Amino acid sequence: MNDTSRMAVTRRRFIVAGGGAAVALTCLTVTGGSAWATPAEMEEAINTLIGGVSPRAGRIRLKAPPIAEDGNVVPLTVSVDSAMTAEDHVRKIHILTEENPWPRACTFLLGPQNGRAEVSTRVRLIKGQSVVALAEMNDGSVYRATAAIKVTVGGCGG
Amino acid sequence: MTQSTARVKVPATAAKGEIVEIKTTIGHDMESGQRKDKDGNPIPRKIINKFLCTFNGKEIFRSDWYPAISANPYLSFFMRATETGRFEFAWTDDDGSVAKATADITVG
Repeated sequence: MNDTSRMAVTRRRFIVAGGGAAVALTCLTVTGGSAWATPAEMEEAINTLIGGVSPRAGRIRLKAPPIAEDGNVVPLTVSVDSAMTAEDHVRKIHILTEENPWPRACTFLLGPQNGRAEVSTRVRLIKGQSVVALAEMNDGSVYRATAAIKVTVGGCGG
Repeated sequence: MTQSTARVKVPATAAKGEIVEIKTTIGHDMESGQRKDKDGNPIPRKIINKFLCTFNGKEIFRSDWYPAISANPYLSFFMRATETGRFEFAWTDDDGSVAKATADITVG
């Protein structure tokens, strides 16, 4: 399935487009609360992604700095305890943010050929918030990890 | 501005069955669509929205990106080395253009 076709948050997009949020030229920060998503909207996006499965704790780790000095570049590593065999492997890893303009940050598709279920990326955080990582396993189960990240310079230079 | 400054790092050699790390980065503004220019006009979104890695023609890793991915996107992941061959990497821009890179590995 083409994952990018499921842009679940078109409403958010509409709000952002029409909200007249004031944005500084040199950074991505949106000032004006109406353009931020809410934790509830992130949960809605999660539900859309994983189709109502209740995520479990464990097996997945989200490594993130507790305090990110620069919200424009926050390094994240997601790893999942899995042998990555044909019988037991991770199919997808998602990263979502609670209060960025869009909840979804990225999705990774992987399989037994990867050998190790670990990915690293860098994301923007508009302000301090919780980031969620989800792992969809081949048996349909979903595991969830959350990291609370404080942002010193919130996405923007001030 | 079209930037195509992809860089990839994979080991040149690996033992059969070894799990190798693949590191990639590409120069790109990842314009989020959230910003406005100095006249208050919105700057349109222009990001890389897809990353694909194949090995000897077979997909081994794929990713979908949204505007929360930082400028000059960095990505690392793993592969179990089973045979000698070539990695091909492709980053797809919102405008449809595709930046590519390759890397070879000798296994044995």
